[in-house]
Amino acid sequence: MKKFLLLIALGLFTAAQIHAGDLTGSITFKGAAPAEKEITPIKDDPNCAAMYPGALPKTKFYVVGANGELADVIVSLKGVSGKSTGASAAPATIDQKGALYSPQILAIQTGQKLIVKNSDPVVHNVHTKPTANPESNQVQMNGAADLTYTFDKPEMFVKFQCDVHPWMFAWVSVFDHPYFAVSGADGKFTIKNVPAGKYTLEATHRKLGTQTVEIEVKDGGATQDFSFEKK
Amino acid sequence: MNKKYNPALFWFAVANAVTTFLLIGLGGLVTSHEAGMSVPDWPTTYGYNMFVFPLDKWVGGIFYEHSHRLLASGVGLLTTILAVWLWLKDSRKWLQWLGIAAFLLVIVQGILGGLRVRWQLDWLGVPHGAVAQAFLLLTTAIALFTSRWWMNSADEKQTAVPRGLRSHILYVTLLIFVQLLIAATMRHQHAGLAITDFPLAYGKIWPATTPEAIAHYNATRPPGTIGNPITAFQVNLQMIHRLVAYAIFLGVAAAAMLARKRLGLRDALTKLAFFWLALLSLQIGLGAWTIWSNKAADVTTLHVMVGASALLTGALWWLVAARRTKLAT
Repeated sequence: MKKFLLLIALGLFTAAQIHAGDLTGSITFKGAAPAEKEITPIKDDPNCAAMYPGALPKTKFYVVGANGELADVIVSLKGVSGKSTGASAAPATIDQKGALYSPQILAIQTGQKLIVKNSDPVVHNVHTKPTANPESNQVQMNGAADLTYTFDKPEMFVKFQCDVHPWMFAWVSVFDHPYFAVSGADGKFTIKNVPAGKYTLEATHRKLGTQTVEIEVKDGGATQDFSFEKK
Repeated sequence: MNKKYNPALFWFAVANAVTTFLLIGLGGLVTSHEAGMSVPDWPTTYGYNMFVFPLDKWVGGIFYEHSHRLLASGVGLLTTILAVWLWLKDSRKWLQWLGIAAFLLVIVQGILGGLRVRWQLDWLGVPHGAVAQAFLLLTTAIALFTSRWWMNSADEKQTAVPRGLRSHILYVTLLIFVQLLIAATMRHQHAGLAITDFPLAYGKIWPATTPEAIAHYNATRPPGTIGNPITAFQVNLQMIHRLVAYAIFLGVAAAAMLARKRLGLRDALTKLAFFWLALLSLQIGLGAWTIWSNKAADVTTLHVMVGASALLTGALWWLVAARRTKLAT
């Protein structure tokens, strides 16, 4: 009897997987990429300046490829909630390297662990400034153990900042479902295993705003592209 | 107990007031550099007893915040000694209690600063800034009350200051205090400049504050601007700050003219009123420079310190005038 029930459960799970597909697309930026600014305050801190014997790094507000590929856009299904698998998902990681956060744009699920490393030879404080979740501010000395965060409520662009080095920022978006992705340097994104159905797809760039589109995901998946421009 | 001028006590009180003024400057640098949260723990510093925090770790924002804490501890110690000294050596009961009030206020101020860090509440920076100004007034007033002039003024002939002029100065001084509260509220929004041009505001006499306009301001902020997005409240607050600044300038200009007319150009209070006017002119210039420099930390901090000086000048003017009038009548 037990085996029979197990088989039924396995069958249902497989059926659910069959009626799902990957949602993919490309995101492009229309026009010339906006100029980024050199992070000159790095020079004020000798320990940080020592990490950049050559040119100083620049801000990364608009990460645009040679052919207009736009990175760091958060694409997600709208209107889906309460389906977080964050507790069992692999932890996400942010590193502090060269007195910068890497990556600066990240998305995780509620309950998913977010590990913050300090690979720098300098001290940092990790100050989170959410609006729906509790704020925190923790010390992280150089060589100290990783810090671990989880967020219980969905929220876009939770700001992580270092007040010791006030140019350091990262923004973490939190979803209570697994149907989201962040576009890569090639402008592409993939949301895996989206159950077949009709959805509103949302694409948000922190500086360029939000676009939404109605889509239908079929068994074979779906494709949707976005194009942003600076107004 | 004695009622005679005590130079050691006076100079100690002056040292306390000057250190408090410097502490306000250092506090201004902490906020201007957005470094208030760079030391997440309190009263320890990165787990260390703050007095033995290693020098090689005084970097970036930690430098400003940690220096501020150490200097604040120094002011706390000076104020405690001053309160005890007044209690033991000055016969004026009201001044003894003023010393106790300063002692209590410096404790409240320290706790406010600590809680702002521990509770991670930006808005607690506003009362912290306001109490700082009140504490500066108190310590400076104590220095004045222990000065040779104050102690010996009863033996000299004094000229009364007309009540209307005294009231005018008092109202302008209170308006400066309100202005400092507005400024503290602006600074503790941690949103950078709410309006990026001057003397116009986004090219207009009064800027639009519709949601579309605010979204446009946020999207077109200078590259590299850090901090929270601005809101309509912050835009309106900066406009009110500008209007109050003009009102204060006119009030101080009127005070200088009135003092000249009623007391004569040679009177020390007339000279002090013109010094006040010069300070206000400098302050408006620094306000403009703060905007044109996109809120450069040093310029903004200078703006904070000259603001505190303007408040102090008005308060001292009023206290001296009140003393002179009381002795003359």
